[in-house]
Amino acid sequence: MEPDQTQIEPLTLGEQRRAELVGPGHSFATVTDKISSIVLTRKTTLGFLGAFTVAFGLAMMLFYTLAYVVVVGVGAFGVNVPVGWGFDIINFVWWIGIGHAGTLISAILLLLRQQWRTSINRFAEAMTLFAVACAALYPIMHTGRPWLAIYWLFPYPNTMGLWPQFRSPLIWDVFAVSTYATVSALFWFVGLIPDLATLRDRATARFARFAYGMLAMGWRGSAMHWHRYETASLLLAGLATPLVVSVHTIVSFDFAVSVLPGWHATIFPPYFVAGAIYSGFAMVMTLAIPLRVVYGLEDFITLRHLQNMAKIILATGLIVAYGYMMEAFTAWYSGNEYERFMILNRLKGPYAVMYWALIACNVIAPQILWFGKLRRNVALLFAMSLVVNVGMWLERYVIIVTSLHRDFLPSSWGLYSGSKWDWSMYIGTIGLFLTLLFLFIRFLPMISIFEMRTILPQAEVKEEGQ
Amino acid sequence: MKLKRGPQHSIYGLMAEFDNPSALVAAARKAREAGYKKMDAYSPYPIEELVEALGQHHDRLSLLVLMGGLLGLGAGLTLEYWAAVIAYPMNVGGRPLASWPAFIPPAFETTILFAALAAVLGMLGLNGLPMPYHPVFNVERFALASRNRFFLCIESRDPLFDREKTVTFLETLEPREVAEVAY
Repeated sequence: MEPDQTQIEPLTLGEQRRAELVGPGHSFATVTDKISSIVLTRKTTLGFLGAFTVAFGLAMMLFYTLAYVVVVGVGAFGVNVPVGWGFDIINFVWWIGIGHAGTLISAILLLLRQQWRTSINRFAEAMTLFAVACAALYPIMHTGRPWLAIYWLFPYPNTMGLWPQFRSPLIWDVFAVSTYATVSALFWFVGLIPDLATLRDRATARFARFAYGMLAMGWRGSAMHWHRYETASLLLAGLATPLVVSVHTIVSFDFAVSVLPGWHATIFPPYFVAGAIYSGFAMVMTLAIPLRVVYGLEDFITLRHLQNMAKIILATGLIVAYGYMMEAFTAWYSGNEYERFMILNRLKGPYAVMYWALIACNVIAPQILWFGKLRRNVALLFAMSLVVNVGMWLERYVIIVTSLHRDFLPSSWGLYSGSKWDWSMYIGTIGLFLTLLFLFIRFLPMISIFEMRTILPQAEVKEEGQ
Repeated sequence: MKLKRGPQHSIYGLMAEFDNPSALVAAARKAREAGYKKMDAYSPYPIEELVEALGQHHDRLSLLVLMGGLLGLGAGLTLEYWAAVIAYPMNVGGRPLASWPAFIPPAFETTILFAALAAVLGMLGLNGLPMPYHPVFNVERFALASRNRFFLCIESRDPLFDREKTVTFLETLEPREVAEVAY
């Protein structure tokens, strides 16, 4: 290759890449108008109302379940000796894991200067926030007496002089999840401020202008403000990156620090973090594919975005598959009879169907993503993302239930299945999640408008003499 | 920021509107070369070159975040030590009361929490937000600053400010429009 050609190549490639991120012919004005009109002028359709009603109905079912469990007690759930961690912990880990993709997109991909994150980061962050809200409900209800949980969980000077036990991973979890929820909310809100100002300036209804104006806090896009804003965003991204890794690491400590076969494994932290990102990206895809069709956002969430996400799903899926392999290998290599029994029981015991279903969903199914042609098939990607969501739920089910239901003492062996209240709470949290998501799409810009402006070719400053 | 009123300050400043970022950066640079200091530029997205063109870059935000993080680390460790050793000592398998390796995860989380709060509150505080009212909002076309237009405002506090001369100067920058910013 000629030397001057090598200099030119990456530039043109970069320009091509940039062009793939936004459809052709967009300007600052069209990007702004297109995204803000979804909130400000688009009519609330019957389809939206219908879907919202279903989601809201399920959320009401959740609240009914919560009220029932508070009145009757945790006996309403299927947990009992020996399986004390049932749906509550399965669903807690499932939801928290889903949340992780939002932080990965907004923080890690920002630090890595992956511009394609721009159009998906806002609703992925919203997804994080709502998923964490759903996740937090489970351990709180699982304490049995949520109204007393505050002194078990949080260090505050109470009249009994009690303090939480800081050597317990469960307390680490409280700190990790509450910090994660707070930082995610801050990150999301800070990202919204300039867009709220856009909505303030474009809204025609008096109340909307007032409400968006108050939320925008008087943002006026001053140069120095932007400068500090960018510093704050970068620092938040730098803080959220180790945070997101720490959160699922600590979630995995809930298991790994115990001495149960199948839980007491050093591979758990990286294996859980990879699984979290894997399931989270699947959920982002589950949400992004219908959204881009319904709201006509194919120009902003392009095939390239979906392909990139598919690649991340494939990569993290392989890490998760390695985790499964190592679990089996370690059980055999350890020579420990309890470990060996645990893995054989997983493969052939009463929950074998779930184990093999999880292998089919999480290990075999994503292999189709090796093929570019299949990665560009949107319907297939959507189906794929649902399969991964199911697979990751099964994974947590298998990890939690198979290790617990065969206790060290065969006299206390038992079987577990979720009660109808377990199921109504699980489906209810999906309803709550979708309700919050629908409200978010209706009232806030689901794509970051100001970041979309920055990736347009005309955003570049051309200095004189250059 | 204090807004001074006086006979020579009957308006907040003069604002020129541009339709692309390069024009705004060039205008800011020229205004600075002409000796103006009290001015600000407004854009619909962050423009790196702008802060430097306006000649204002000192920033204490990073330092604030570092202090927030260190404070969080100290607060987390102190809380754990105090709870586990002084307020509620409990013998767990004969391990030392101040079992610091177990204290790392919560202390790490409080470090991140305090640093993140410092980043957000520090950014808002240094920017003087929330500030629902500001004179620049009096210019009708300023609503486009959050859409597709770029503005440069020379403030009347500037010693060089003179209504006529500054208008003439701004006109030389080839803006779309120059407007007076009322208080």
